[in-house]
Amino acid sequence: MPEVLKAPLVLEFPFTRSLGPVQSAFLTGLRERVVLGVTTTDGRTLVPPVEYDPVTADELHDLVEVAPTGTVTTWAWNHAPRRGQPLATPFAWVLVRLDGADTALLHALDAPGPDAVHTGLRVRVRWAEERTGAITDIACFEPYDGDEAHRPAGHSGEFENAVTGIVAPARLDYVYSPGRAQSAYIHALAEQRNVGERCPSCRKVYVPPRGACPTCGVATSEQVEVGPRGTVTTFCIVNIKAKNLDIEVPYVYAHIALDGADLALHGRIGGIPYDQVRMGLRVEAVWTEGGRYPDHYRPTGEPDADYDAYKELL
Amino acid sequence: MTSEEASGPRDIAVVAFAQTDVLRTTDEISEVEMLMPVLHQVLDRTGLKTADIGFTCSGSSDYLAGRAFSFTLALDGVGAWPPISESHVEMDGAWALYEAWTKLLTGDADTALVYSYGKSSPGSVRDVLTRQLDPYYVAPLWPDSVALAALQAQALIDAGDTDEPALAAIGARSRRVATLNPHAQRRGSVPQGEYVVRPLRVGDCPPVGDGAAAVILAAGERARELCSRPAWIRGVDHRIEAHALGVRDLTDSPSTRLAAEHAGAFERPVDTAELHAPFSAQEVVLRKALRLDDSVRVNLSGGALAANPMMAAGLVRIGEAAARIHRGESDRALAHATSGPCLQQNLVAVLEGDPR
Ligand SMILES: [Zn+2]
Repeated sequence: MPEVLKAPLVLEFPFTRSLGPVQSAFLTGLRERVVLGVTTTDGRTLVPPVEYDPVTADELHDLVEVAPTGTVTTWAWNHAPRRGQPLATPFAWVLVRLDGADTALLHALDAPGPDAVHTGLRVRVRWAEERTGAITDIACFEPYDGDEAHRPAGHSGEFENAVTGIVAPARLDYVYSPGRAQSAYIHALAEQRNVGERCPSCRKVYVPPRGACPTCGVATSEQVEVGPRGTVTTFCIVNIKAKNLDIEVPYVYAHIALDGADLALHGRIGGIPYDQVRMGLRVEAVWTEGGRYPDHYRPTGEPDADYDAYKELL
Repeated sequence: MTSEEASGPRDIAVVAFAQTDVLRTTDEISEVEMLMPVLHQVLDRTGLKTADIGFTCSGSSDYLAGRAFSFTLALDGVGAWPPISESHVEMDGAWALYEAWTKLLTGDADTALVYSYGKSSPGSVRDVLTRQLDPYYVAPLWPDSVALAALQAQALIDAGDTDEPALAAIGARSRRVATLNPHAQRRGSVPQGEYVVRPLRVGDCPPVGDGAAAVILAAGERARELCSRPAWIRGVDHRIEAHALGVRDLTDSPSTRLAAEHAGAFERPVDTAELHAPFSAQEVVLRKALRLDDSVRVNLSGGALAANPMMAAGLVRIGEAAARIHRGESDRALAHATSGPCLQQNLVAVLEGDPR
């Protein structure tokens, strides 16, 4: 069996989210070192606050300030912090019910070890030095055995320059493996061969193969060499330059039915002015020096294919 | 319309079930290559062909694959040309089964193929699952799935509902019975291991693995034709709780209890239960919510502590329960599936065999 192909795949995206009035007040409050909750119609105070009561679905808007001190309601010791978590040194995950609140907030607790943490522990907020209006404005909690430090002053929840959105960066790391059929295809491409797979049932040849015949729902198994020449079945002219792509626009992107294949693959057409590309044009793959896949397809100089020869592959 | 249909909702049964072995990695095959053997197995068991299936529904998650619309590639495996009636849920296949069941209830189809799959090996499932959390207050802190389950476990310990040795015993029992399950990933005697996030140790957490499962549903007489002892679905219901963990009582699962009530689970005792409890402490919560005593055989498959293929583990619970009815080892079984942190969403199905 050939070597399993693998490549890193990093998904990274700064999710930009707008805030509703309650979330905006809460996160702006954190920026100003004020913790706000929201009062429900049955008199409970939810911290962190939400816009709709999780029990009754009532719309909520009555903000109330709570203390930056509270009590741990449950905890878990995290001896090996992971990327993105609030502290880089071992810490406890905690749910904290702040004084004045009826529900608990999830965050990190900076403590010397698990023996220093228990349910019922008194804690207080440690504010981040730079605050932007985000949950991370609370750097973490820390044990605190004093009195209710700062009795809430009864903040109204009105702020100047309230934050109205957050940017939440997300990054996930994967190692992508294309599987049996596509690995065989990619291995062959590196040897400048185009290899498809034939369905044992309907005999169609798929290029690139994905391992299954979408008509018959069975594994494709028999490898079939196709090309190297093919026919343009349809095309489009690209006029906008993609980021990090050093191909001059306009250029042509086409569906190409390689000889012997029952499915057209797609590729760029080069070696001919963009406005002379046409359906039926005969083309062949061009590999660049050391390239593991065709850089583009160029005209072979043969006469155009008859429409009837490729109409089933459009 | 038959008289049976005229008198009330149609009887619908699970008539076939198949699952892959669950493996830590399956680098050498794609999702559709992993899935196809189980699709063929359920079709072979019923003698049905793709073209005979009235409705197809799948469950999976793009976040595991790291690719948008990844489920469309898996559709090649069911033969989606010429066009079929098809749907997809971005969650465990148990919820796809719920959708298929309601489709059959409407009478629009007599048979349904339900499948689900997940490959956790390409990414880090602990990190991937953080992306399902509240994006404003929770996800920016990146609390991973084990950390959240550990908070729930500690809450149970503080409440006196369990302790660390009792949790270890749940994991040990699950892996011991899993020695009889050839598809399970972690079987037999396994050391309880170090803390992952205290109080949960390696043995309290599910193995991370890749796997797929498929089920065929059929209505009324069609079910009897396709299976000698169909597993009739007497009820299915699913419920959800507030997503904010600090609002919930983590030692209880009112959504599971409510789903079970609506599925008819409490009308008569069950003899078998397949619970989707990825973490040992969650079995404690579920047994309490479902009022399961020692007379009920719980997770004879080994459950999610022996194999937890993301997006398929819930459907596997329904499949395992149904297969016991097919084999005559159970007359009335409960199957449970969960999704989200700390048992946020819960589905309960009640299955019965014909009286003997
Ligand atoms: Zn075919």
